[in-house]
Amino acid sequence: MTRPISKSLDIPVPDGDSERYSLRMGPQHPATHGVLRVDLELDGETIIECTPQVGYLHRGFEKLAENKTYAQALILTDRLDYIAAMANNIGYCVAVERLLDISVPLRAQYLRTMVGEMSRISSHLLWLATHALDIGAMTVFLYCFREREILLDLFEELCGARLTFSYPRIGGVRQDVTSAFVDELQRFLDIFPAKIEEYETLIDTNRIWLKRTVGVGKVTGEQALSLGLTGACLRGSGVDYDIRKHQPYGAYALVDFEVPLGSDGDIYARYRCRMEEMHQSVRIIQQCIDQLPPGPIVGPDAPDLVMPNKPRARIEASTNIYGTGLIKLIRDRNLYMSGDVYVATEVPKGELGFYFISDGNNRPYRMHIRSPSFIHISALATIAKGELIADLIANIGSLDVVLGESDR
Amino acid sequence: MDILLTLVWIVVLFVVVMLHVAYATYFERKIIGHMQVRLGPMRVGWHGLLQPIADGIKSFFKEDIIPEHADKPTFLAAPIICLVAMMTTLAVLPFAKGWVLADIDIGLLFIFAMSSLASYGVVLAGWSSNSKYSFLGGMRSMAQVISYEISMGLSLVGVMLLAGSLNLTAIVEAQGDRFLGMYLLPQCIGFFVFFISMLAETNRVPFDLPEAETELVSGYCTEYSGMRYAIFFMAEYIGMMVMASIATICFLGGWNGPFPVPFFPPLWFVLKIYLFMFLFIWIRATLPRYRYDQLMGLGWKVLIPLALANIVLTACLKAILD
Repeated sequence: MTRPISKSLDIPVPDGDSERYSLRMGPQHPATHGVLRVDLELDGETIIECTPQVGYLHRGFEKLAENKTYAQALILTDRLDYIAAMANNIGYCVAVERLLDISVPLRAQYLRTMVGEMSRISSHLLWLATHALDIGAMTVFLYCFREREILLDLFEELCGARLTFSYPRIGGVRQDVTSAFVDELQRFLDIFPAKIEEYETLIDTNRIWLKRTVGVGKVTGEQALSLGLTGACLRGSGVDYDIRKHQPYGAYALVDFEVPLGSDGDIYARYRCRMEEMHQSVRIIQQCIDQLPPGPIVGPDAPDLVMPNKPRARIEASTNIYGTGLIKLIRDRNLYMSGDVYVATEVPKGELGFYFISDGNNRPYRMHIRSPSFIHISALATIAKGELIADLIANIGSLDVVLGESDR
Repeated sequence: MDILLTLVWIVVLFVVVMLHVAYATYFERKIIGHMQVRLGPMRVGWHGLLQPIADGIKSFFKEDIIPEHADKPTFLAAPIICLVAMMTTLAVLPFAKGWVLADIDIGLLFIFAMSSLASYGVVLAGWSSNSKYSFLGGMRSMAQVISYEISMGLSLVGVMLLAGSLNLTAIVEAQGDRFLGMYLLPQCIGFFVFFISMLAETNRVPFDLPEAETELVSGYCTEYSGMRYAIFFMAEYIGMMVMASIATICFLGGWNGPFPVPFFPPLWFVLKIYLFMFLFIWIRATLPRYRYDQLMGLGWKVLIPLALANIVLTACLKAILD
């Protein structure tokens, strides 16, 4: 048995002026934020062709939702963007409420807005942590987690879960806040702006950070719109589009906040946008605490968890004549609306849309999720082209993608 | 008899340096841990003091994996080249007056030669692993070491001019034991260039591109595991100590301190090295990473011109003052 003496290396030898080779980055790579795979065509370290591949985390939520009642399918949205599950829950509830025409009491609206913004802060903190770590500033990573921990503890106090909340329900929220929770939240709001400044002193005035982010991964406003970018990625390019402001839901119409806009559309502009958004979120939460109205937290027409397919039988008034002994049971035909609806909400990553087709049943005929991460990943191919590998990493971090949401 | 004594000294030096390497990793983890509001290793021994020993045992007993299509002889030789080159440089370092294994006249040049050799280990490791990440890491390392070796060499020419010698003991003695005698002040440009090049030469943050973990997984040592990986690690830490020693010898007056220490003359030398090691760790906890092209730009467009200007300036001043 003879073995080949010399084993050849797969690394291609340059022939003439073409030194291209392909590199598969991911799905197991420290900087691809989960299971993103990027197929790269490289010339040295310059990216000639970049093809993102998704689907490693596909769990078939859209199909699963067709076999669950609207109330049951809520838990699936926890697993979409698991970093900001609360925002997904709210987006789903808002969409179902508009489809089934269910009203939400004002106190629940305020509570939703409050926890939605808490979720935005916790998502942006994780984004900043990993984005800074990708660029090499590893201390920011742990500083962000320190503050995120407070928020997760608050969520735990609120609903018992730290990651998959299912706190909002169709027609309201599940539990009311306690005074201890509000006090804790107030304490967090008092310290948090100073903490944001702490992160900024570590990276924002750092020459290396500026060199890595300013002018890198540029997207113009038109380009961002045609790529379908939303959220801070779109606002970083100077397009004023925030669903919270322009199609308000929850209590966003009742609170005062600004939509931070960038102009350059590079990584630094997106970074600044998100940092400002955290400040605005603090403002919104503060106003929610101050204005929180008393009242019920669940609307009168909120459906049960077990949404009956058939409407409850009721006694028709005219036939229920005392003494005749004959009771006529009737069932209303259209318990749920039929038709279709697309409702989008502003989650930390961008515009999260739910598209429902209902045929009058207690479960959706079809549910489609417009996931911002999926669209941002597809934009990566355009943004990263012609840049270096190191910039690709910075771009992935800056687009703020979560693969759970992208693959659904 | 002389040879036997030298051998004993070599063994002593080897053991001391290895212990320092082990505990340098411990202190790095501890210091960075505290800078990042966490505790660092706490489990093995009191405050994790036995952690380096546990790590050593762990990597010693780990399975040694060689990738299937790796160029085996080169793959095996690469970490050893790194370690041997780095250990050899220790021979010429004067830890105190007379505490030197080989007091040769070209000490500084010898260290440069050896640390350049060590980069062969990195390049060969990247080439032979048959992994694209390793390959990119190796390429980056090659480019980085070549360009920063130049700026580092040039930055020390000023010191050579002032001391009139390449012998490390002579350089220390030329600075004398006065605070103002240190070359830190007259050679501040040289020190600046040297310090930055030193970070790049030892592949430390913000120039840790050859092993940039978020880009190249682990760069040239992606495919290494167990003891071979540990050898790369040791070589990196010895490299850090050697660079810190050169900085101490050439700019901070070597073993000279405010007052002589009676029983352990290298005390000041060791303390100065610890200061540099702390700076290495502090910088790692603070700074993000440069991009490859920015790193090359910094080396060729800023550091090398600065170092050349420093040489001209030093030579002119020396000529005028003499």
